[in-house]
Amino acid sequence: MVREVFIQAAYLASSVFFILGLRSLTKTDEARRGMNLAALGMLLAIVGTLVHQDIVRYDWIIAGLVVGTLIGYPMGMFVPMTAMPQRIAISHLFGALAATLVGIAEYWNLSHAGGVSRGTMAALGFEVLFGSLTVTGSFMAFGKLQEILPGRPITYPGQNAVNIALFLGTLGMFGYLVVHPEASTVFYVMAGLAFLIGIFMVLPIGGADMPVVISLLNSYAGLAASATGFAIGNNVLIIAGALDGASGFLLSILMSKAMNRSFGNILFGAFGSPVTAGGARSSVGLTTKSISAEDAAMQIGYAGLVIVVPGYGLAVSQAQHIVRELADLVEKRGGEVKYAIHPVAGRMPGHMNVLLAEANIPYDKLYDMDEINDQFAQADVAIVIGANDVVNPAARNDKSSPIYGMPILNADQAKSVIVLKRSMNPGFAGIENELFYDPRTSMLFGDAKASLSKLVAEIKTL
Amino acid sequence: MDTIAIIQLYVFILAGFVGYQVITRVPPLLHTPLMSATNAISGISLVGSLVLAGSDHGRLSNILGFVAVTSATINVVGGFLITDRMLKMFKRDDGKAPRKSGGMH
Repeated sequence: MVREVFIQAAYLASSVFFILGLRSLTKTDEARRGMNLAALGMLLAIVGTLVHQDIVRYDWIIAGLVVGTLIGYPMGMFVPMTAMPQRIAISHLFGALAATLVGIAEYWNLSHAGGVSRGTMAALGFEVLFGSLTVTGSFMAFGKLQEILPGRPITYPGQNAVNIALFLGTLGMFGYLVVHPEASTVFYVMAGLAFLIGIFMVLPIGGADMPVVISLLNSYAGLAASATGFAIGNNVLIIAGALDGASGFLLSILMSKAMNRSFGNILFGAFGSPVTAGGARSSVGLTTKSISAEDAAMQIGYAGLVIVVPGYGLAVSQAQHIVRELADLVEKRGGEVKYAIHPVAGRMPGHMNVLLAEANIPYDKLYDMDEINDQFAQADVAIVIGANDVVNPAARNDKSSPIYGMPILNADQAKSVIVLKRSMNPGFAGIENELFYDPRTSMLFGDAKASLSKLVAEIKTL
Repeated sequence: MDTIAIIQLYVFILAGFVGYQVITRVPPLLHTPLMSATNAISGISLVGSLVLAGSDHGRLSNILGFVAVTSATINVVGGFLITDRMLKMFKRDDGKAPRKSGGMH
């Protein structure tokens, strides 16, 4: 009895600490302290669990804790900020894997010890479904972001029909299991199919849609943990899982809004397929104006207000530190530099903020889209670094464009625009960008980092 | 549905509601740390994994439990460390007056 009270008190305290920890993330100055509290909550939950009466041996537990720490420590300390999207994707895999294995083992044990009740079966079913598809889905997302797998959408004829059939089949098995929980073959086949769903679900999704997918998988990993809580009757699992589920869900809504697209469209749309790109305006007959580093440096060096628009290209060429150097130079010469962050710039929510913060750029210079969009008109120069769709005016005025209706950064309203770009290949979504053909726009071709280094060197000589 | 299941459902829905209310107020600036924080918290699966790994339901349970404990521990250790590493990087501009009023600098 005393033991049970101790365990429940530990779980209650850790639930409170988790909520306080997440709440601390609403204030940048308090976030670190709050997260330490959440970590303390985790420690309490672990200690509380270790005295559980069902635990009779500690050898496997200690082995797991040691191996997990040995792998987790370097994954926490040494993964570079540029690799953060794939790092987050792979950690969804681990969270979901733990929940799935607990679910499968729980089913195995219960069905060998008198049978599974229908209520428990429903919980185990959700746990294994969400868990399995998150495991493989996260692995696919990781593979695409790490470029082990091709980043472009992989499509084939009849893809949606296959996915829907697979999904409905799995749901049907789940329904059957709730009525007949003893049908163990059906249970294991269902788990197997859920693994397949994860793979097929992420196959047709391109890099630019990754922010939504990563958020969605975050949510599923949380829901799997919550379902575990239902299955084994543990409230801290239910609460922590619900918090994660809510967080991931909210982020996916924010991300799809920032792309003006529905979940269904992202999951079943295969955005970048050549068929959709055909609807966009043709660029034939339009010309771009390229600029030398020397001339670009002249514009930037004498500008009053410079707005930097970072995109995935900045992360790819790891140019965040040289951006900071450029900004320091401009500020030393009396100019002002601000950063315009589109919600879906990069490959996950908040990607650009983390990269720029890593380069010691103060966070009060990082502006959200809504905060900065009115200021572009006052900007002397907008520097677009490896961003494409988030500054494409077609989203505003071309109804035939696949990105029509997506909120964009008003970079085209700046007095002049300098676009740093590797080549004239269209962006990830395969859509032409009118901004590049605007008379006020100059293109500075080359690797972002190399171009920025040249700009820094040129501004120093002004 | 029995009483326990109903109470569990209450807990789930209320926790989800609290989570939604809290997380709505997290600024986009901190969305990546938010994701890594929720990843670390999702390591709470450890609670179920520990019981499995330490149970006497046979070798299969112990091995599955061991893998589950390992995975969940990776998320707990790696998740909290990387979140702290990221949050440490977010600094205000000390040289000049802060953009938003009410700041302590």
